[in-house]
Order: sequence, then C-alpha cells, then structure tokens
Amino acid sequence: MLEVKDLKTYFYLDDDQVAKAVDDVDLTVKAGETVAIVGESGSGKSITSLSIMQLINKPGKIVDGEISLLGRNLLNLSNREMTKIRGNDMAMIFQEPMTALNPVYTIGNQITEVLRKHKKMNRKQAKRRAIDLLKLVGFPRAEDTVDEYPHQLSGGMRQRAMIAIAISCDPKLLIADEPTTALDVTIQAQILDLMSDMKEKLEMGLLLITHDLGVVAEYADRVLVMYGGQIVEQSPKRNLFKDPKHPYTEGLLESLPSVHNDLERLGTIRGMVPPAHKFPTGCRFSSRCPHAMDKCFESNPELIDLDHEHAVRCYLYTED
Amino acid sequence: MATVEEKQTVQTDQETILKVEDLKKYFPIKGGILKRTVGNVKAVDGVTFDVKQGETLGIVGESGSGKSTLGRMILRLLEPTEGKVLFEDHDITHLSHKKMRPFRKEMQIVFQDPFASLNSKMSVEQLIEEPMIIQTDMGKKERKKRINYLLEKVGLRASDRLKYPHEFSGGQRQRISIARALANNPKFVIADEAVSALDVSIQAQVLNLMSDLQEDLGLTYLFISHDLSVVKHISDRVGVMYLGRLAEIAPKHAIYKEPLHPYTQALLSAIPDTDVDLEKEKVKLEGDLPSPSNPPSGCAFRTRCPMAHDKCAEVRPELQHMGDGHYVACHLYDEEQ
Repeated sequence: MLEVKDLKTYFYLDDDQVAKAVDDVDLTVKAGETVAIVGESGSGKSITSLSIMQLINKPGKIVDGEISLLGRNLLNLSNREMTKIRGNDMAMIFQEPMTALNPVYTIGNQITEVLRKHKKMNRKQAKRRAIDLLKLVGFPRAEDTVDEYPHQLSGGMRQRAMIAIAISCDPKLLIADEPTTALDVTIQAQILDLMSDMKEKLEMGLLLITHDLGVVAEYADRVLVMYGGQIVEQSPKRNLFKDPKHPYTEGLLESLPSVHNDLERLGTIRGMVPPAHKFPTGCRFSSRCPHAMDKCFESNPELIDLDHEHAVRCYLYTED
Repeated sequence: MATVEEKQTVQTDQETILKVEDLKKYFPIKGGILKRTVGNVKAVDGVTFDVKQGETLGIVGESGSGKSTLGRMILRLLEPTEGKVLFEDHDITHLSHKKMRPFRKEMQIVFQDPFASLNSKMSVEQLIEEPMIIQTDMGKKERKKRINYLLEKVGLRASDRLKYPHEFSGGQRQRISIARALANNPKFVIADEAVSALDVSIQAQVLNLMSDLQEDLGLTYLFISHDLSVVKHISDRVGVMYLGRLAEIAPKHAIYKEPLHPYTQALLSAIPDTDVDLEKEKVKLEGDLPSPSNPPSGCAFRTRCPMAHDKCAEVRPELQHMGDGHYVACHLYDEEQ
C-alpha cells in the first residue's frame, strides 16, 4: 500500500554543509500491518515520517526517491493534490497533543473542519459524525466533549481526540510519531490499544515511529531500526528481538533495563549519535561499533538480505 | 555476576540516614476577587518512610503523584505543610537558612533537564567550583585538584574544564550535573528523573556511572522516576506513589515479583516489554488520575481500582506491614477480611 524507495531527505545548512537526515530509506506498509521505526534522537525516524507526509520545509528537501501510496507517486503531485491526500488517504498523529490541537477551537470544530473539507459534509452531518467518532475512540460523554476545548481534556483524552481527527476520513495509512511518549504508562497502554483496535476495524496500515523498544515489541508486526538516517536492520518483530544481528540493535537491547531481568550492569554503546552533517565515512555506526573492522571505516555496507525477511546493514554478514 | 539480592541482605542492618514522617504539602488554590484560599492541591498527603545508609530507594509514580514535590521537601527547596524530615537524626524541617547550610553540603540533587539546570554562562570549572567556594574554605589549588578528580570520576576529560554547557550533549551535561552535586562529597543524593531525558544508550551510561559512584563513594540515593524499569535496575527498595500517598513500599524483588497493591500490579502490567514471548496477564486501568485538589474519599485509587469495595470509599487505608519489609496501603489486606 505504501511504498517508499531510495528516499533521501537532506538539510542544507548555512555553512554549505549538508545534513543527510534520511539517506536511502526503503520501506513498505501493507494494509492491516503495523510497521515500527525505532531509533534514538537524530536517527532520522521523524524526518522519514514527515517526508512521507511531505511536510518537509526549507532548508530541508526531499532530493531523491519515490513515495507511492496506493500506486500513486506522491512526489509528482502538486501541493493542491497533496492537500487532498493529507488527512484523507493518510493521516498523522503527533507526540504532543497540546501543541497539535488548536487551543482556540473546540474539539468538535477541529473534527468537523476535516470532514467538511474532505468529505463535503454539511454542518449537521459533520457534527453527528464527530460525535460518533468521539464515541468510537472512547469518550464517555461525546455529546458534551464536542463543545469542549483542548485545555479541558487530560493528556490521554487529547490524544484520543487527535486519533478521532486522524481517522475521521477513513485513512488508508496512519502515521503515529511518538504518539504516547508524553503520556504516563497506564494511559500509554490505553492509547496504544485504541490505535491497534482502530487499525483492525478500519483495515489501515499503521506506521509507528518510536524510541521505545517495549512499545515495538508489544504492538508492531515488522520493525525497522534506524541509525544515522539509514535503516540498519529490518525484520519481523520476533526475529529482531530474539536474534538481533546489527551491533547497534544488540547494543540498544542490552542497554535497556527491564522489569524482568536482574542485571548488575547495563550494556552501553560508547559515544553518542554524531550530528547529521558529521557522519563518519564508511559505516555510520563505525565510530561507536565494538566490532568495527578496517573496511567499516572505508565504505558503507549495503542492506544485506538474510533469511526470513531479515535484512542488516553490516559487514559482519557479508561473504568476504 | 553478583546479584542485587545479596547486596540487599547486607544493607538491612545499616543505619538510617533519612527519615520522613507524615510529610504533607498542600498548595492553596486562591479564588475570588479577594484571593482567598478556596481549596488545596494535596500534592503530598502524609508520606512516611526511611532511607538506610548506602542504599538506593526508588520512588515511582505517574505525573501528579507528588514524587518530585516529595524530593524537594526533603531538601527544603519547598517548605512542608506538615510532617518531619530527619537527616541523620537531626530534625531539619524547621531549620533557618543559616542552620540548614551544613546539611546542604550533605544532601544534593540532580535534576531531570541538564539543559535548564546548568547555568549556561558558567564554564564547567566554575559550575563545579561554585559549591566548594560557598561551602568550604578550600584553597584555590585544592579546589582545582578536586575539580580534576571529579571530572575524571564522572568520565569527562580534564580538558573539558574550560568548556561551557552548550558544547556538551545531554548525557555529558548530566555528568557535569553529577560532578557539581558531588563537589562537596555529600552523603545523600536525590536524582529527580535524572535519566528521563536521555536516549536509552546514553541512559545506560549514566545509570552505570551512578552505580559506580555509589560503590566508590558510599552514596545513598533517593531515585525518583516515572520509569519502572529504570527504578528496578538501580534501586534496593522501591516505593510506589499515587496521588500524594505511598501505595506500597518494599524491597525491590518483592515489589516486582509479588506486587500487592492493585495499582502497582496495573502499573507493572502496563509497561511494554521487549520479551516477545512473555505471556502476561494485563490489568487494565480505566480513566485518568483524579485531580489532587479534589481527591476521592477513602482510598485515592478506588475510582480506578478493579477490586474496590465499600470500605475503600469510607476509610483511608494506611501502610501495613506484610512481612519482610513489605508495606502496602490497601484494604484487601486488612485482618478482618
């Protein structure tokens, strides 16, 4: 359904430097599937999702690649055509619902705006549909909530309202960028369950962007691990957690404290993510990798297919 | 590898360094044109516990549970409404600024946001030196020596001395905060969400550093966090807060293996885990945290509790000892039932 090929989004900085925030990313999302992109700050996961929505502003630019949704290449569309697709065929949920919602409009207003624009409903139809949507996402008093403002809702409820807006036009693809990072764990569980329910009911594809490997393990079908603007490993969920291949994925998993094990010390990855205009030549992880070999500093490995749809970008797995 | 359980048994006989008794903090709500007090936000509402020399007590809770307010009251950064704070058997609750000073040397805090908590106009050297100038009569040479020692301890280079906070990443800044907190060799350090703003690989580095420092310097930690996995990793005992009260407090293994309070059970089952084969029974919580300005009568958790019964609305449960240092505030464990 969604197919991204060779996506490159670069940022042109003042001093003639180029930050290759997203570099050669391929990904697909099928209907009814949850694909997760995990990575730390600076890995390019959010820029990937914004590129798909074409919400990249100067000095950023999508310099190359193909993004096709239901067979149409979005990069060839005009701004106007793209506006029709955003919110209609694909919708996005952001991390911070207080900044994503407009504080001076009621919740109802913000849902009906989408419906009237994309579905050409009249005021009355739109309001009725808005109430139904609010009920669907779990507002017990939906009739009252339509007339309330965002500040009257708690963080979890605001995120439910965001979901109601996002699914109002039955999108085929829902992109959720850190949808629960600002929420407490008990509320996080409620929101993630709601999103999976909605995905099943509406047969959407869900692209989940997160830094939280626990969320990935519980909700994703397939996982893409990003580092330095590139996918370094991709795999069905089970394989990734049971048999991680890339040294970065291994490092991430080992550095994670869990409530189910008793490690005296956590594993660490030395150093930190380099800024996007200073990636090392060769493999981008080479500066932090415990297994780095000479050739890792010379050239960047390709994404190599292993078995069972498992692919990894690392010279440890090449023949020679 | 030594398990943490062994460490636990050693510590039970150790002295109490900090005692908190029935601590409360009410923030008044002003209303009307005369700005009269029309109500109170009961941020912390009667919390009692003690911390033993050399241990790490973790305090977990969601936003609004009062965990940060608690930490600030212990250091007297906020004045408690009621209750007592005893540090090494001295009641410090009502000490004047002047009399509080020697205690400030012993008690330090590391905050969540190293971008906001370090003065951006001071160099690393100045940041670490400032507490020494205020608190001690160390000479310049001695101070420089100690700065170098501290920088090395927290894993920074001596050449970083003259740099400014903006030249460092989040993890390194948190190392500077730790060095500053340790400047006067304190006994007791509160870490308030100290690793929450960091990426996991960096978080692990800082957590390991904190464990090393504890061992080397014999520090006692009060580790406040919303993250149950992090708290489990670093703590010897854990207290769970809900709406300004302790719901449960117990040695770490008891709380994670056999949580007694329904809130602790729900909290634990809500953490997404990376073990894809783990079958867990989910305790789902409905609804949000009630407002602390108008908490439910009786047990504060009863509005979301799957096990709530009549008594929960009438009588507020107090912490009761269930054996082996495991305390829980819940009517499910009352004798008569």
